[in-house]
Amino acid sequence: MHTLTLSHFLILGAVLFAISVVGIFLNRKNLLVLLMTIELMLLAVNMNFVAFSHYLHDLSGQVFVFFILTVAAAEAAIGLAILIVLFRKLKSIHVDDLDGLKG
Amino acid sequence: MDFQTLVFYFLSAILVFAALRVITARNPIHAALHLILAFFTCGGIWALLQAEFLAIAIILVYVGAVMVLFLFVVMMLDVNIDRIRQGFWNYLPLGAVLGLLMVMEMGLVLSSKYLQAPAADAVVPAGVSNVREIGRLMFTDFVYPFELASIVLLVGMIAAIVLTYRGRKPSKYTNPNQQVFVKAKDRIRVLKMPVEKD
Repeated sequence: MHTLTLSHFLILGAVLFAISVVGIFLNRKNLLVLLMTIELMLLAVNMNFVAFSHYLHDLSGQVFVFFILTVAAAEAAIGLAILIVLFRKLKSIHVDDLDGLKG
Repeated sequence: MDFQTLVFYFLSAILVFAALRVITARNPIHAALHLILAFFTCGGIWALLQAEFLAIAIILVYVGAVMVLFLFVVMMLDVNIDRIRQGFWNYLPLGAVLGLLMVMEMGLVLSSKYLQAPAADAVVPAGVSNVREIGRLMFTDFVYPFELASIVLLVGMIAAIVLTYRGRKPSKYTNPNQQVFVKAKDRIRVLKMPVEKD
């Protein structure tokens, strides 16, 4: 690994993050794909953690990524459970239908 | 350009393509499958960064568990795609401008001289096990966060079960409200019976 620098990986993470932000704009009506773009965002952040951990010789970054994976798994499980409850009630996952609170 | 750089560009091209397909796919199942591809490729890039434990962990945790959960849910829901796709491209100009702006800003910062870290001496020497080092760190310095992570998983599991559980309650329970207001005549019924002779 001689010509690869830290900024290669950081820019890849930035591109991934920007793609998921655009994804939130595009899929603003589809709750399911919104959850997926959040996972993609977490992946971009994890990429930065791993890159810094490698280039700064500090394994704490990788341990932290492990904890992020844990939290992301719990988040996905609860998010999907809420989605299922919602679908049972409304028969749809269209974001426009979620106006129960009239906010 | 050496071999590692070539592998990096190859994997990042796949990763960016998969991410783009995740956000533009018409069918949510296609989006989920491309997300699996993205996680898999990301595992490859992390292996390139000599983070072997995480490379395996992301495939086991994400591809093996989280994405299977996603696929189950996608297949269980009966989604009206046409209605959801209505006005899909309306926000593309705004989103694209914002995304490009973000990439440009971050690119300006990240391509600065400070982050051109010397890559040659970042290589982990042979004989050092990434998994062993992470394990040592996790059970010494990070043992308290590690326990907290297990609590988070427990809470997530209980929450998911409680939210989606429906069905008859297995135990017979009494309603205290009804129990307090009960009258004697609700409990005992006096029957009039003809006296039997003989």
